[in-house]
Amino acid sequence: MDSAILRTQGLNVGYNGQTVIAGADFTAETGRILVLIGPNGAGKSTILKTVIRQLPPVSGGVYLSGEDIARLRAKDIAKSVSAVLTGRPNPELMTCEDVVATGRYPYTGRLGILTASDHEVVRSAMELVRVTELAERDFDRISDGQRQRVLLARAICQEPKLLVMDEPTSFLDIRHKLDFLHLLRQLVQERELAIVLSLHELDLAQRFADTVLCVRDGRVDRVGPPEEIFQGDYIDRLYEVEHGSYDTLLGCVETESQPGTPEVFVIGGGGSGIPVYRFLRRRGIPFAAGVLPENDIDLPVARALAAQVITDRAFEPVGREAADRALKVLRRCRAVVCAAQGFGTMTAENRRLREAAEAAGTLLAPEALEML
Amino acid sequence: MSEKRKSRFILCFTLLLAALIVLLVLNVMIGSAGLSLSEVLRILSTGKGENAAIVWNIRMPRLLTAALLGGALAVSGFLLQTFFGNPIAGPFVLGISSSAKLVVALTMIFSLARGIAVSSLSMIVAAFAGSMLSMGAILLVSRRLKSMSLLIVCGIMIGYICSAVTDIVVTFANDSNIVNLHNWSLGSFSGMKWSGVGTAAVTVLATLVLTFFLSKPMGAYQMGESYAQNMGVNIRLFRIALILLSSILSACVTAFAGPISFVGIAVPHLMKMLLKSAKPIVMIPASFLGGGIFCLFCDLIARTLFAPTELSISSVTAVFGVPVVISMLLSRQKKKEAA
Repeated sequence: MDSAILRTQGLNVGYNGQTVIAGADFTAETGRILVLIGPNGAGKSTILKTVIRQLPPVSGGVYLSGEDIARLRAKDIAKSVSAVLTGRPNPELMTCEDVVATGRYPYTGRLGILTASDHEVVRSAMELVRVTELAERDFDRISDGQRQRVLLARAICQEPKLLVMDEPTSFLDIRHKLDFLHLLRQLVQERELAIVLSLHELDLAQRFADTVLCVRDGRVDRVGPPEEIFQGDYIDRLYEVEHGSYDTLLGCVETESQPGTPEVFVIGGGGSGIPVYRFLRRRGIPFAAGVLPENDIDLPVARALAAQVITDRAFEPVGREAADRALKVLRRCRAVVCAAQGFGTMTAENRRLREAAEAAGTLLAPEALEML
Repeated sequence: MSEKRKSRFILCFTLLLAALIVLLVLNVMIGSAGLSLSEVLRILSTGKGENAAIVWNIRMPRLLTAALLGGALAVSGFLLQTFFGNPIAGPFVLGISSSAKLVVALTMIFSLARGIAVSSLSMIVAAFAGSMLSMGAILLVSRRLKSMSLLIVCGIMIGYICSAVTDIVVTFANDSNIVNLHNWSLGSFSGMKWSGVGTAAVTVLATLVLTFFLSKPMGAYQMGESYAQNMGVNIRLFRIALILLSSILSACVTAFAGPISFVGIAVPHLMKMLLKSAKPIVMIPASFLGGGIFCLFCDLIARTLFAPTELSISSVTAVFGVPVVISMLLSRQKKKEAA
């Protein structure tokens, strides 16, 4: 018996016999969320369309609970696979409840009239995604966040074993993105189903995916748990990021560094330096940062943005040798900003940097940054 | 379905049926020979009376035709609007009526020249062939053009070409029946025989039943093609069925009454407003009733307003239909701006 709901074998997908993505082999399992990531136009939607049989595979097969979908009847597929697609449906004079109820389509009779038990399924799906109060509202008069939830309720009504979604969070603000993904997490845990979706938000993919599938250059580049995918500079390579970098550890984006001779020296540490680094980068002022222990939270951002970073070993007090190196750089800068709120045992040497700046008259209060 | 909506549907259908009956009766009573209600009832129940011939041979076939074909036209319009996802799609606007008219005119002239009488069934077949011609052209264009307004413009152009060719053909046809042909090509319900009514009724009602059974996938299709497919609708089959059914309905109208404008757009819109729903399962019967009512009303005006001179039915439907269409477009624009 096949444990996976969805399995693809030797799958090449594309249009009119032309392969767009080769070797799209993966599985989706009940209770798990599989997230497709990759650059725009890489072919994430093409894979998803093939999985829900809106596009025939160029070669290879898609197997639903072990059966080739090419051989299944449309109605049977509809009973086990449902979708939330890109593009906004624009039905006329339909309430949200009407839209959700269309999910019952594969189960109703010839005229599509809903029975009491169908109504019960509709009601419970709307309750689950918390859109019950929208039931009587016009579908074309609700917000984007509400619309996605209503479409999700519609998909749930189809009682699928596999739920496929193409960039469902694209038009949502950050609160609604989080809400939506939490809902999906709740859904895979409460109902026996597998979820496959594409996302543009890498930070969210990293946090909500059980498995990440990376699409790049006409192939599926990697498949694995987020811990494996979000490592080193893989994401930068996947998206061919040129002007900046993606921090795989923290899941945030930084622009590229400002090259040149440092004009400002930032004494940071423990996160205090990050806003200053970003400010200086925006202004296009090359800067140096230090001295940062190798495990400091400031370090990834400093590395991404600073012209020069002075570091020292982790878990050890900042050493005299590193501080001397920093001092050399600091003396050549026209200004020094001390972002650190204070100094302790580990950063005692950094206090020396501040004192040197004070003596040279180049020390600037963080509030005075605007004047640079 | 909520109780509120259900009772609204019941109320609407009651109103529509009442309006239909009133107009049917008025159409029997009013005319060059005015009849009282009691006289009409006596003739209808006994079949005898001074004016029985007028009622049975002239007015009854005519009003039944108007009701049937008006209904067919409105349903055909509703099907095309669903198909193209555009509220102003309709057999007349897309040039389907006009090309049906052209092929029917050619068939009539060709047969009359050889002394062959044209049966009503062969008229329907000719009109259907004509409908499919322009429908095919429209479908080809719609594959290339994603813009709906351009598609409509193409349809209107096709309509003009067909009308022009029909006019030329009619002008140069040298037959005594040319007068009939001319009247028909403008659109009229006059001169219907019972045999024609029978053919029209069988064709329209059979198609209507088939259409009604298409209401479930139509409802899914209103959510968009991709969603419909995800719900298990066989899109290709569904689209073919929709096109065939709407073409049969409008072909039937054109074959018997010539091209009639704006019923196909105005009536479905009015019905949507009335029902506050676009669900095919209620819209198909409502459009049929509404189309019948609209055409009975317009035909009454066409034959009585300047009696004994008759207006072409199309000019009357245009006068009442165009304001509806314009107000619909304006309210849509307003809604779009508000959103």
